[in-house]
Amino acid sequence: MLSIKNLHASVDGKPILKGVNLEVKSGEVHAIMGPNGSGKSTLANVLAGHEHYEVTAGEVIYQDRNLLELPPEERARQGMFLAFQYPVEIPGVSNIYLLKSALNAIRKSQNLPELDAMDFLELVKDRMKLVEMSEELLYRSVNEGFSGGEKKRNEILQMAVLEPKLAILDETDSGLDIDALQVVARGVNVLRSPERAIILVTHYQRLLNYIEPDRVHVLVDGRIARSGDKTLAYELEKHGYGWIAQESAPATV
Amino acid sequence: MNPNAAKETYLDAMGAAEKRLAGAPSWLRELRQGGAARFAEVGFPTPRDEEWKYTDVTPIVQTGFKPAAGGANGVDPARLEGFWFENLPSHRLVFVNGHYSEKLSTPGMWPTGVTVMGLAEALRNQAHRIEPYLGRYVPEKIHGFAALNMALFADGAYIHLGRGTRLAWPIHLLYVTTGAADPVLSQPRNLVVAEEDSQAVLIENYVAVGEASYFTNALTEVAVGPQALIEHYRLQEEGAGAYHIGGLHVHLDCDGRFTAHGIDLGGRLVRNDLRSVLDAEGAECHLNGLYVLGGRQHVDNHTHIDHAKPRGTSREFYKGVLDGRSRAVFHGRVVVRPDAQHTDAQQVNNNLLLSRDAEADTKPQLEIYADDVKCAHGATVGQLDPDAMFYLRSRAVDEAAARDLLTYAFARDVLRRLRLEPVRSQLERNLAVKLRVAALLQAQEVLQ
Repeated sequence: MLSIKNLHASVDGKPILKGVNLEVKSGEVHAIMGPNGSGKSTLANVLAGHEHYEVTAGEVIYQDRNLLELPPEERARQGMFLAFQYPVEIPGVSNIYLLKSALNAIRKSQNLPELDAMDFLELVKDRMKLVEMSEELLYRSVNEGFSGGEKKRNEILQMAVLEPKLAILDETDSGLDIDALQVVARGVNVLRSPERAIILVTHYQRLLNYIEPDRVHVLVDGRIARSGDKTLAYELEKHGYGWIAQESAPATV
Repeated sequence: MNPNAAKETYLDAMGAAEKRLAGAPSWLRELRQGGAARFAEVGFPTPRDEEWKYTDVTPIVQTGFKPAAGGANGVDPARLEGFWFENLPSHRLVFVNGHYSEKLSTPGMWPTGVTVMGLAEALRNQAHRIEPYLGRYVPEKIHGFAALNMALFADGAYIHLGRGTRLAWPIHLLYVTTGAADPVLSQPRNLVVAEEDSQAVLIENYVAVGEASYFTNALTEVAVGPQALIEHYRLQEEGAGAYHIGGLHVHLDCDGRFTAHGIDLGGRLVRNDLRSVLDAEGAECHLNGLYVLGGRQHVDNHTHIDHAKPRGTSREFYKGVLDGRSRAVFHGRVVVRPDAQHTDAQQVNNNLLLSRDAEADTKPQLEIYADDVKCAHGATVGQLDPDAMFYLRSRAVDEAAARDLLTYAFARDVLRRLRLEPVRSQLERNLAVKLRVAALLQAQEVLQ
């Protein structure tokens, strides 16, 4: 589904990603872990198409297409979804409107009929149970005045409604209490299916108590320094990131 | 017409007008003579004047606009229907080319103690009531256009709210300019006197019928008495070929409160001078402004808040959207006099540039002569937030629509402060059309 080869990216001329290689197949859940500043969020944003990040080398193939030449809206229409680390407030645009217009834009590009207001509301209300979000938030402006936890729940609601083929969660777990964390986990686990893939970007192991990843990767200084199964996450929890950084340093010479 | 010839033409008109005024009260003749003398002295402003540095009025001077004659000029009342706000009962007064039109107006009933009529009629019948106010709130050193209005105004609105009176309906003043063979100069002159503890909402609404080029040179004075409460809307939706220069001079007595909403969506070249003097303790003044410009539109807002006495509050919130080759000027002067302790003044001006060729010049100017005051100001000129753009695009909204949506949200922020719901929603619709998001709003409404 997703194939990243030798990806290099910079922000304001400063190299952040320095040769990332990653293969994600349908049905898989990958966790990308790593210390602060290792490039985790950059990777998520590059995949979703943020203009602030400049790709300087490498390629990304998503469903047999060159992902990097697509604008962000086209990536979304092709089934990609990024749950933001810091969801943006958009005053004046109602949450429910954004959700409906996004869903119908995606359905349209997949040659599915657009949903009318009734069917759409039914779908949204069904998915809202999953995230335990108050219905009133649907009619407010996007994220405006939402608490940190409400913003994250809203991201998961969007994900549950849009049913992406590839979902990338950028530190969705950070700053959440245990209840909200379980909501995020539930959202991911419900979405999990043979035709979808999920990438969890996270600093901490605790989210992985609720979502069992197929693969765990450790990003250090812009490269994947180590990959393994879920047991790698436990080792990181016990020993921190230092040992991988040391171990991987000579190998990069 | 060159500036000197234009000046001479207007001076001649002032001379002729003076002869017709032989029977008028002496104070009124002096007022007009004062205007004429000031105009003779300063003439038209030029970019060499600091206050007019970015606003070049040459096109107004060169066109040689002629003072408009009275009469309804064949305006069909049906043509005005669209200008009234839906679901908003109001006292409706219509001015055609600056002259009050009894035929087109439907003022309705006034409560006891409230007088509303055309200023020309009021000057004929009750000049003694007007004498203490007219021209008293305009500063001595006015610019040439204000002087021109002083000398040559013919008509306008006279609104007098007696002590303790409260109007349930807003007063909607509709200023219509019609096309004519000669380019028309229309000079409304308005006087609002709100005595102690009175309350009213006023809407000054400038619109065009037809596409002609014309010039509106308006001057409004508002005297807000002790504990009186005035909310003032200035809705400028002039035609694309229109020139508009407006002065709004406000005087606040103790605990008086004045709120102004100045919305500029139309016009070719617009200059607004808003001066508010907080001349007694506890006065409060809120100024909200929005300008949304494209093409070669030019809008200049000069505000001047004068905190003369203690414990006054002022809030200024101006926002602008500039596309095409448009230009906006914001000059916000706040003066806190030595006597005005415990003043609380805040000023914000945010400009959003949508095009490389658009330009915004913003200049906050705080002069503080008292030591125990709270004053803050912030001015920005910027582009849309790239993170917000990315967020919308990552939700499958295409780039152009994302830009329009965020622009609308930026501008609507000012409209949210309008307290009259029917006016607010009408302006939101107008704004949405101008910013190409009308279809979206409709879709949003369906979901609510």
